[in-house]
Amino acid sequence: MEKKVNIMVVDDEEIVRASLTGWLEEDGYHVEAVESGRKALERLPERNWDLMLVDLKMPGMDGIQLMDEVHKTSPEMLVIIMTAYATVDTAVKAMKKGAYDYFVKPFNPDDISLTIRKIVDHHKLVQENLFLRKELKKQYKLRDMISKNEKMLEIFDLARTVAKSSSTVLIQGESGTGKELLARAIHDESPRMDAPFISVSCASLTESLLESELFGHEKGAFTGATVLNRGKLELAQDGTLFLDEIGDISLKLQMDLLRVLEQREFRRVGGSELIPINSRILAATNRDLAAAIAEERFRADLYYRLNVISIHIPPLRERREDIPLLVDHFIEKFNIEMGKQIRGISEGAVRMLMGNDWPGNARELRNVIERAVVVAKGNIVTESDISLPSTPSDANHRAKSLEEIEKAHILVVLKENQWNIVRSAHALGIDRVTLYNKIKKFGLKKEGVPPKV
Amino acid sequence: MATVRILPSIPVPPESFEARRNQYYSTRILKEMLGEVPPNTLKLLGVTDKDLCIPILTYVFGEAQVGGTAAVVSLARLRQEHYGLTPDRPLLLERLRKECLHELGHTFGLVHCPSRDCVMYLSNTVVDVDTRGRDFCDGCQTVVGSGTTTERRG
Repeated sequence: MEKKVNIMVVDDEEIVRASLTGWLEEDGYHVEAVESGRKALERLPERNWDLMLVDLKMPGMDGIQLMDEVHKTSPEMLVIIMTAYATVDTAVKAMKKGAYDYFVKPFNPDDISLTIRKIVDHHKLVQENLFLRKELKKQYKLRDMISKNEKMLEIFDLARTVAKSSSTVLIQGESGTGKELLARAIHDESPRMDAPFISVSCASLTESLLESELFGHEKGAFTGATVLNRGKLELAQDGTLFLDEIGDISLKLQMDLLRVLEQREFRRVGGSELIPINSRILAATNRDLAAAIAEERFRADLYYRLNVISIHIPPLRERREDIPLLVDHFIEKFNIEMGKQIRGISEGAVRMLMGNDWPGNARELRNVIERAVVVAKGNIVTESDISLPSTPSDANHRAKSLEEIEKAHILVVLKENQWNIVRSAHALGIDRVTLYNKIKKFGLKKEGVPPKV
Repeated sequence: MATVRILPSIPVPPESFEARRNQYYSTRILKEMLGEVPPNTLKLLGVTDKDLCIPILTYVFGEAQVGGTAAVVSLARLRQEHYGLTPDRPLLLERLRKECLHELGHTFGLVHCPSRDCVMYLSNTVVDVDTRGRDFCDGCQTVVGSGTTTERRG
């Protein structure tokens, strides 16, 4: 349904208020009338007023003073000044001060109808414009995430939908793709948004630490447990618990977690009381869990528990069209954080960024832009401000296995020492036998000459 | 069906006269009429030859209480002679019919209709009155119809 236009009439004469209100109401507007500038200012925050019809001469605050006050807080407010004593001076003054129009009482009904119709049409356009802009932004954004990649937009839609439920979601993707941002967005879009979002990085803690971190512990549960400590499961009550790097937890903890997910209750370490949980669990990993299951490093039953809804965030190199969008987003963000006024980025710099493979994904891009914003001399980021941590060939190099790197490194050291085994072994920090074994294993050869082994 | 009764005329209240403008203030006439509403009356429509105005507007063709009981219509500006033209009685009656329906529509809670084919379309000039439709559009008719039934039951 179309929104009703809200009009406030301000006039000290009761008869004017009544007749104007009645006449405007016949036209279907929502009209409220007040008798003074002070009353008008009081009523101002109550509604989204679209238009104010203000009498010029009123005791106390006059119409132009009121308009000035209103424009301090609502600079967009359309004000029509009405007066019974028309003088060119006051009309000019009112218009100069920012009145939308100036009417002499009594008005010709046709004039006021036309003016208000014009305002309403304008108002509709502004509203429509605002609405469309919002829609456009909504399409590209999910909370702190931004993208125009089709797959990502599908993910945003899916995230908005699953946010309404309490289902467990498993978010997969390379590191730096924004798994935690997506988890936060799901929380912020969910009915749990006012309850806590608790994040645990499972990879950074040892098994026993992680256990007490998750489940908490009773006083005296172990040496050093001098006070009762509530775990993240308890802290996330009513909210969301985000288990990052879930692929890195031990088999024992996987078992414990599975029990919690199935029974929706747990005990603190060293405790006997069963504590029910109603928090929503989101988990993320950059590992290939299917492979981990095949290698029996990850429990299949836990995987199925977590993987009720699965979201896979594509790496940045598969959505290069997002690079310029992300660059603008990060520049805007760092401008605010650092009080800089960078207006944009040169075409050459964008080409450079688009050509990179971004093994560290959006996080790596963010770091590169952060540095560029710091070092940029002018108000445009140029190629010289951009320092890529790796060229594409380096990225290929990095993608190799540890074994290949070891082989290449041993060969380099051998060459540096003219294949002198003792010196090379010393430089590598291994003994001679180990070096011989590695040369044999990797099949390393002195150029042109077969190795003397 | 509602019954229409024509009541004896009542004088226009003298306090509604605006000497400075040589016009009559229609809101005061409506107020006077409300004191004259006979029992079991759904709506009361007044017709006057006086030129009507409200303090804020230079003239009105009529005025009604939106969603209320009383409405008043003036013949003054519906006459061709007001514009220096030859009198035209059939045209005057057609205009009066439209204005009466329009103001009564307001008493049923209707506001101005965006459709030019509807009698509730806003008209500030006789040209508007002549060009707009002579009856309620389907949407407005529904409101008037349901209004009639509800209020008669009550």
